[in-house]
Amino acid sequence: MSVLHSSFLRDVVWNRLRHNRMALFGGGIVLAMFILAGVASLTGIDPSAIDIGQQLMPPSLEHPLGTDILGRSVLVRLLYGARISLLVGFVAVGISTLIGIVLGALAGYYGGWIDSLIMRFVDVLLCFPTFFLILAVIAFLDPSIWNIMIVIGLTSWMGVARLIRAEFLSLRRRDFVLAAEALGASDRRLIFRHILPNAMSPVLVSATLGVAGAILTESALSFLGIGVQPPTPSWGNMLIAGKETLGCAWWLSVFPGLAILITVLGYNLLGEGIRDALDPRLKD
Amino acid sequence: MALLEVEHLKKSFRVKDPLGRGAGHLVAVEDLSLTLEAGETLGLVGESGCGKSTTGKLIIQLLKADSGSVSFAGTELGKLSARELRSYRKRMQMIFQDPFSSLNPRMTVGAILAEAFIIHKLAPLRQIRDRVIELLETVGLSAEHEQRYPHEFSGGQRQRVGIARALAVEPELIIADEPVSALDLSVQAQIINLLKKLQHERNLSYLFIAHDLAVIEHVSDRIAVMYLGRIVELANADELYRNPRHPYTEALINAVPYPDPGHPRPIALSGEIPSPVNPPSGCHFHPRCPYASELCRNQAPTLNDLGSGHQVACHHQESVGKFLIHS
Repeated sequence: MSVLHSSFLRDVVWNRLRHNRMALFGGGIVLAMFILAGVASLTGIDPSAIDIGQQLMPPSLEHPLGTDILGRSVLVRLLYGARISLLVGFVAVGISTLIGIVLGALAGYYGGWIDSLIMRFVDVLLCFPTFFLILAVIAFLDPSIWNIMIVIGLTSWMGVARLIRAEFLSLRRRDFVLAAEALGASDRRLIFRHILPNAMSPVLVSATLGVAGAILTESALSFLGIGVQPPTPSWGNMLIAGKETLGCAWWLSVFPGLAILITVLGYNLLGEGIRDALDPRLKD
Repeated sequence: MALLEVEHLKKSFRVKDPLGRGAGHLVAVEDLSLTLEAGETLGLVGESGCGKSTTGKLIIQLLKADSGSVSFAGTELGKLSARELRSYRKRMQMIFQDPFSSLNPRMTVGAILAEAFIIHKLAPLRQIRDRVIELLETVGLSAEHEQRYPHEFSGGQRQRVGIARALAVEPELIIADEPVSALDLSVQAQIINLLKKLQHERNLSYLFIAHDLAVIEHVSDRIAVMYLGRIVELANADELYRNPRHPYTEALINAVPYPDPGHPRPIALSGEIPSPVNPPSGCHFHPRCPYASELCRNQAPTLNDLGSGHQVACHHQESVGKFLIHS
């Protein structure tokens, strides 16, 4: 059941979330990442400023997470990298959710050949291993951060489309939708006022988990050198930059790795928490 | 000219087996004809799954009929374009059975009721709120309910909201699809009385769908009894009660509880309603009928007029009535 009363959302769901420690922990991490990304520029340090005298310094009071091979502060680069990760996560998921909602809604609402066409297209896209699809597409484009976000978004909407289609199929024949139709409501009104608002809860969960996936994908692409290009710091390209000196300067790779791990974990815990909280079968 | 004329309406649904192959047709409504005059209430009675809700949705054009016609005030609705149909949507409305699924959980009651005025531009924007409050008061709710969400109401109050929504466009015909069967007994009476009062004040016509005769006898001028997609008997309410001519009607009348412990208990109708995918041969009712003969197994009876508007589809209509225990 996906039709949630507004008070169910407000009271029950929020209550369940509040009492789910893992979800709170995840939400805390997500919030912390936002704050850290926000304060990056407050440090007043240019993440690309090279300081030859300070190369490969281990963590110290002056450089809490050490410096890299060009003497740049790892902490400051991590903070700026957080901006990239969050930006990629949200923009990519925004794109995929938007495409998924539009195509899923068209398929579920109109049915018939429109449904068949869209869903077979989804099946075809799902046949490709997503990551290799992204690699193939990126190979033809400049590896800029915007291209990365768009490509990740364009290759990850299929799940959302399926979710939305299923919701539309069941909501389309609900009494309150029929009542609006009998009143003379237009297709647009039926879709946007009556069906869509009631179909959004599973999308919320999938979007939260999707952010984690997009962050991971961006890191992987940057790690492979076809994502965000140096000197712009991203967790993925910092990770690979530390590879050469892993033996003598562990902090170059370990901290970006931890940042990715913790952020993805945070989004996943939060997403799972929202899923559980929205599940009407679970009792408090 | 009758307000509503339904002729030879037919609707079937394709049934698929688990592998998605066509496994036959479920005939929900078969060759159904009826008329409804302005200001009249026609009761439509039958067991669950006999096609009465489908009939309601066909009439109000929420479903498309396979064949047959629905004419409203002389206009055949099935032939209208979507745009033309909209002006007729204003003239007929529906009240749904389940008051918990018929209101959008994400909209306030005020927003739900305002929709009608917005869609049909029935009132200037700043007057809509007054009109909504007026509607709420008409159905026995008050202005303070306007900002609330459906889940904050009881079943009876929600059904009042559903009625208010149907009234918003000031329709001539309301299809009430089991409007009280999901409600408590005491609330049922309130809603029925409200519907009757509204009919009196506004000269409404009702197609009142119900699954038993207990409720319907208090509201209907005429009653049509449906069995497996067909009308088996149609008569004035009084006439139908006093003089049922179809064995199924007789069984339904006997099934109405009688408040007398010493009263003889009726013979319960045996068996389940047969599958509409694979209905019995001949008269669909014959496997459950105490009067059934060889003729009933082989040949489907047609709806015959017995005079004064009493129609019945039964080979043995003369003998029907001997199991009737009331009266």
